[in-house]
Amino acid sequence: MDLQLTDEQQMAQKVAAEFAKNEVLPKAAEIDHNHRHPRELVARMGELGFMGIAIPEQYGGAGLDTVSYVLVLEEISRACASTGVILSVNNSLVCDPIYKFGNEEQKQKWLTPLAQGRLLGCFALSEPEAGSDAAAQKTIARPAKGPSGEDGFVINGVKNWITNGPVADVCVLFCMADPPGRDSGHKAITSFILPMNTPGVRTGPPDKKLGIRGSQSCQIFLDDVFLPKSLLLGEVGQGFKVAMATLDGGRIGIAAQALGIGRAAYEDAGRYALERKTFGQPIANHQSIQWKLADMATEIDAARLLTLRAATQKDRGVRHSKESAMAKLFASEVANRAAKEGVQIFGGNGFVEDFPAERHYRDAKITEIYEGTSEIQRLVIASAILKE
Amino acid sequence: MNFEPTEEQQLIVKTAREFAMGTLAPRAAERDLQGWFPASELRQLGQLGLLGVNVPDELGGAQAGAVAYSLSLTEIAAADASVAVAMAVTNMVAELIVAFGSDEQKRTYVPMLCSGEAVCGAFALSEPQSGSDAAGMRTIATETQDGYRIDGSKLWITSGDRARVLIVWARTDGGAGLRAGGKAASGISAFIVPGDTPGLSAGKPEHKLGLHGSTTVPLTFDGCVVPTSALLGRVGDGFKLAMAALDGGRIGIASQAVGVARAALSAATTYAKERKQFGQALANFQAIQNMLADAATQLDAARLLTLRAAYLKQEGQPYSAKAAMAKLYASEMAGRVCDMALQVHGGYGYTHEFPVERYLRDARVQRIYEGTSEIQRIVIARSLLKEFVDHV
Repeated sequence: MDLQLTDEQQMAQKVAAEFAKNEVLPKAAEIDHNHRHPRELVARMGELGFMGIAIPEQYGGAGLDTVSYVLVLEEISRACASTGVILSVNNSLVCDPIYKFGNEEQKQKWLTPLAQGRLLGCFALSEPEAGSDAAAQKTIARPAKGPSGEDGFVINGVKNWITNGPVADVCVLFCMADPPGRDSGHKAITSFILPMNTPGVRTGPPDKKLGIRGSQSCQIFLDDVFLPKSLLLGEVGQGFKVAMATLDGGRIGIAAQALGIGRAAYEDAGRYALERKTFGQPIANHQSIQWKLADMATEIDAARLLTLRAATQKDRGVRHSKESAMAKLFASEVANRAAKEGVQIFGGNGFVEDFPAERHYRDAKITEIYEGTSEIQRLVIASAILKE
Repeated sequence: MNFEPTEEQQLIVKTAREFAMGTLAPRAAERDLQGWFPASELRQLGQLGLLGVNVPDELGGAQAGAVAYSLSLTEIAAADASVAVAMAVTNMVAELIVAFGSDEQKRTYVPMLCSGEAVCGAFALSEPQSGSDAAGMRTIATETQDGYRIDGSKLWITSGDRARVLIVWARTDGGAGLRAGGKAASGISAFIVPGDTPGLSAGKPEHKLGLHGSTTVPLTFDGCVVPTSALLGRVGDGFKLAMAALDGGRIGIASQAVGVARAALSAATTYAKERKQFGQALANFQAIQNMLADAATQLDAARLLTLRAAYLKQEGQPYSAKAAMAKLYASEMAGRVCDMALQVHGGYGYTHEFPVERYLRDARVQRIYEGTSEIQRIVIARSLLKEFVDHV
């Protein structure tokens, strides 16, 4: 056992913390208020190597590890959860599957600019009628010939809740190959790399959301979209495996994002408690407030340890579905409790936009829903422990 | 960064697990029912090196570090929490003497604690009127010509009637600190008192909710005379020593909580797979799956907090607040997980036929002893508010 961070990991954390504090935090309230995609911050994160943190340098990444990814994402999300999720999707849900399942040509052509931050990615699995139940999706890919006679697929369907959808250049897309598998829908799921400027691809208006308002999400409509075979990611029918492996990593990302939100709620509330006076003394002197802060700090530390443990397992190439699910479940619930208590410590000031507490409260909620709801995480964990 | 135990740590865990499963587990229910003190089991723990896991080799310890201590205590607790608490206190007393004792005190007491010759150690801090508020103690050590005479009484002393080596806290300020109104910590000193010292007597063991295999007794000191050489550390250092010992002790209780909860979750999982209702195993129902999943997640969170505190202690870094977090979270978690495990067992869980009601009873005290959950939150809040002030 060795809980020390390497020099490289500490450096990544330090660079991210400084960037977050100096460049992201000052804009976080404005980004939220205006529902604005922070294009300039995404560009800066590309320069800093944050858009492909665990991708090898030969493919445009920073060549670091998943632990560094967690540390960076926590820092960015501590300043702005919207900016955090933009980074998380590009790293975990786009770069990661192309690195793991893409062929060399795909890595050169797509992974490199994505990891460098020159292109932005999105991930399209959910549909209006298929969220947690991914095998219920209805988007269909049928074998077809392209305009110049090349082999490929024609794709039709609608995708939902696509984070970065309105601003992405590239999409990792999931469809059902036609004809679908007979017993279980899982066997038909197939993944593609979809350039968003492909004819027939249309994005809906950005979703109006409770929180993470600087992260734009939308529906993607696919009408007779032709993709050549060269854009198939993995093999026909391998999509479920691609999706699940990707989400195992993605959950580490969301856990790190939740950690950042929880920490923001806790740190902002702690500072406020030292300044705000009632009954002649700072509210931090009252045990009721101390109790809340002590519980928040304890749970945030526990969430961080669970998240880092999952990250170390991913880095070692050990199976980590259960550990990622635990990290995501726990960290997202901790973030929500911390954000709720944060608002409470701020009192009336916690309910208005002039203070950050209500933003943390709104931002925290999504972490219990996306990349597998808390209910799905519990199924993953239970099925793992019942097998042990 | 890596959370895996080293080979050495794995080895001591394996030793502890084999003893726990092979020797302790089969008779744990019987010891609980009969209230048998585990004297021979403690002797065997001594032979295995488990009574001084983090104690130097030359003093009879296993010198395996604080992480190995935490991991091995968890294994023992998963089989029998009563044995685990005696093990925890003995390790704590041995470590305290190693940290603050004179060479002579170390040579005299530490090897006998580690080997089991002392049966076990005891830690006599609490009193009828002073629990969380340790500085309010009333037991007095009056200086005599060649030592001290201790008078007063102590309460809730784990293994206090069995231990041959006790650490006893008493006022050496003649009670002046008490009259000064609470700011009395500097008037307290610690003494090493052999269990057979005249004037020291143990009262009737308490009837407790759980930990039936562990004795908890009041102690009376009535003209109990000890030589000057019994003083542990310097005069007036007692409170500091107690707090230092409790920082480590809290890692012990957190490890114990993790062990009991692990046993409870394992029992619940096994039962859920076997028990059928409505034509299928309980484990097939999402309601049960959710309970197991939450328990497993919280158990892992507690385990990691505990290991982190042990790791920091082992590395010589500050760990007081982290140990409080581990103890707070792990003990609260154990309460929830044991309650869940009983619920999964339904009516059977409420009977002695299954071990889960014992786990639930044994886990309850973890939120109380070695600093209540409320005291842990004070320790954590003090530390974090200081961090905020330092960084503003």
